[in-house]
Amino acid sequence: MSLRTSGPARAGQYLALLCYLVFLGFPFLWLISTAFKPARELGSLHPTWIPDSPTLENFRQAFDEQPLLRAAGNSLTVALSAALIAVVIATPMAYVMARQRGRLATVATGWVVVSQAFPFVLVIIPLFLVLKNLHLINSLFGLVMVYVVWSLPFALWMLVGYVRAVPAELEEAAAVDGAGRLRTLVSVTAPLLAPGIVATAMFAFITAWNEFFFALVLLKTPEKQTLPVILTHFLGAEGVADLGPLAAAAFLATIPSLVIFAVIQRRITGGMLAGAVKT
Amino acid sequence: MRTRTPIRARTRLVAAAATLGLLLTGCSGSGDGDSADGRITLRFQSLAWQDESVAVNKALVKEWNAAHPEVNVEYVQGSWDSVHDQLLTSFEGGEAPDIIHDASDDLADFAYGGYLADLDGLLPDRLKRDIPERSWQTTAFGDGLYGVPFLQEPRVLIANKKILEASGVRIPTVEKPWTWAEFRSAARELTAGEGREPAAGQAEYGVAWPLKDPVSATLNLSRSTGGQLFHRGKDDKVTIKYTEADAEVPAVIRDQVNTDGSASGATLGMGGSDTLPGFFAGRYAMVPLGFSYRQQIIQQAPKGFEWTVLPSPAGADGATQGVSPQTLSVSEDTRHKEEAVAFIDFLLQPSSMVRLARGDWMLPTGTAALADPSLHTEKDGWSTGAALARELRPAPAQSVRGYPEWKDKVATPALQEYYSGAIDRAELEKRLVKDGNLVLARYQR
Repeated sequence: MSLRTSGPARAGQYLALLCYLVFLGFPFLWLISTAFKPARELGSLHPTWIPDSPTLENFRQAFDEQPLLRAAGNSLTVALSAALIAVVIATPMAYVMARQRGRLATVATGWVVVSQAFPFVLVIIPLFLVLKNLHLINSLFGLVMVYVVWSLPFALWMLVGYVRAVPAELEEAAAVDGAGRLRTLVSVTAPLLAPGIVATAMFAFITAWNEFFFALVLLKTPEKQTLPVILTHFLGAEGVADLGPLAAAAFLATIPSLVIFAVIQRRITGGMLAGAVKT
Repeated sequence: MRTRTPIRARTRLVAAAATLGLLLTGCSGSGDGDSADGRITLRFQSLAWQDESVAVNKALVKEWNAAHPEVNVEYVQGSWDSVHDQLLTSFEGGEAPDIIHDASDDLADFAYGGYLADLDGLLPDRLKRDIPERSWQTTAFGDGLYGVPFLQEPRVLIANKKILEASGVRIPTVEKPWTWAEFRSAARELTAGEGREPAAGQAEYGVAWPLKDPVSATLNLSRSTGGQLFHRGKDDKVTIKYTEADAEVPAVIRDQVNTDGSASGATLGMGGSDTLPGFFAGRYAMVPLGFSYRQQIIQQAPKGFEWTVLPSPAGADGATQGVSPQTLSVSEDTRHKEEAVAFIDFLLQPSSMVRLARGDWMLPTGTAALADPSLHTEKDGWSTGAALARELRPAPAQSVRGYPEWKDKVATPALQEYYSGAIDRAELEKRLVKDGNLVLARYQR
């Protein structure tokens, strides 16, 4: 079967890709544009992509009105911790679930799928009471635990897929070459699994970074609030918003995610085949 | 086979563990309640969000703390966007703030659920006398009083001054507002029609109704025509009846959109802020908005744009409007109710209430605060709003259990379809009454 695509078909593919990118990028570009517009331009009937009189006033106002840096620090702490713990727990679990095919693995996989079906409004009050009994209300550590538990099923689901994609024959070949179980895991499986682990960590990070409601309910003091909670302070009753500063703060809040994606995505593709070939 | 050195792997593992340990250091929660020296700490969750308003709230908390070293108040900023769910969870978990800022139409379930303290015997006489009875009615549920209403806003018509003055229509005043029929007629005169070049004194549309959330606007404005919708029986159960008085305002809006062409159909799905660009561009001559929208207009209006504040039209009951004031309540769980009420009393001293009102561009409920000269200036329409304060009454749905569900599941879609012309009055009535009573019945078993 030929993998080559004809010229028009390729052009169509690129056009579809372009449309998709515009669709994805439009809200973000609009956010950036809004962040740099003065209040009077925000009230214009014919808004422009490029602000007529670009200003940093919205950023100044956002920083003056809300403790964005402190909130970003809290968000970073919580998201990094949650991602790290989720991956540390999920990786060995996923390996066992993927390699040990038995009734237990099937039941565990089913449980993972079922656990995804609970909406957070259903669990928030029992969760609140559990955390209260553990004295983990108003604690970033408590919030990290919630995020780990919340992202673990999907992280596990993702990693099981990655482990299954690593051929068991490679591990058998390593064993034939005399490698022990641990050596095989460290030198053969782990490098092949690295992109999956990184992708899973990114998923857990972004989930925790963006999460709003748990943070709103579980953190009581302003010093511990995370960025998504702080962003709502630019919103008033009945959907009224302080649009300029809100856009400026929201734009800043997306930067860490973008940086992490940019840095890590090369490593994902770079690590795809690492360790797969005997040298 | 290329292998990685175990030492490198171990180093990474140790580094990761160390990082995690460092990250979580200092993450533990802090205790709450009283300190060892007997000092009381109260948490005050404020929903103030505009810069001036937050500054005033924080300043007042600071003044209180300086004057009352034995009762420290901690300022916590909440969000209007999610306050109901956040409070419900906090109440259930026994971790609610001690002093709670909210709106009166959000209190019914909390009050009936036993989460809020009955303030009736705790409030000082000064505060009770200062706030009129009609405002206290907004926070009275059953036999108790579950909040102090302190800020409110009438719905007004914000009009393009140049267009209005050039049109020759009678300009309404607080003393002589338009009737709903006059309003409909004036809107027609101000309308050039879609796609037509407006003459002097005209806009493309005479009015733009921002009705993304049509229920409270409809119910509150319908009080002017005697609309009540919710009727409480002798058995204390509430049922919905859709009378002629309830139907008058919705009919005017529907006719403006679908018959007269004097109201834009496009704005029916918009929020108030979304209509402002069209208003500034002269596309709409008038926009019915809450009084506090004046701040956005001042911020965003192009230079030289002139606007004015007009009273909403009046009906058989005069210029009466329903309103759900912002409130301050005390959690039932707090051990320091008297101190919490003392703080509320401090926060709502007349001079402070004026500062809070100006910070939020709203009106104070307190009689003494409302008399402050700064709230009666012509500039920015303050005097029109202040004069309308006496016409404000509790919103019809104020104490009705199940109202939020009725609003979201029944009334919002029904009114949206009615205003757009998709359904007629009979169908609207059927849905509001028949479907609505089924919802309310579930809450009143």
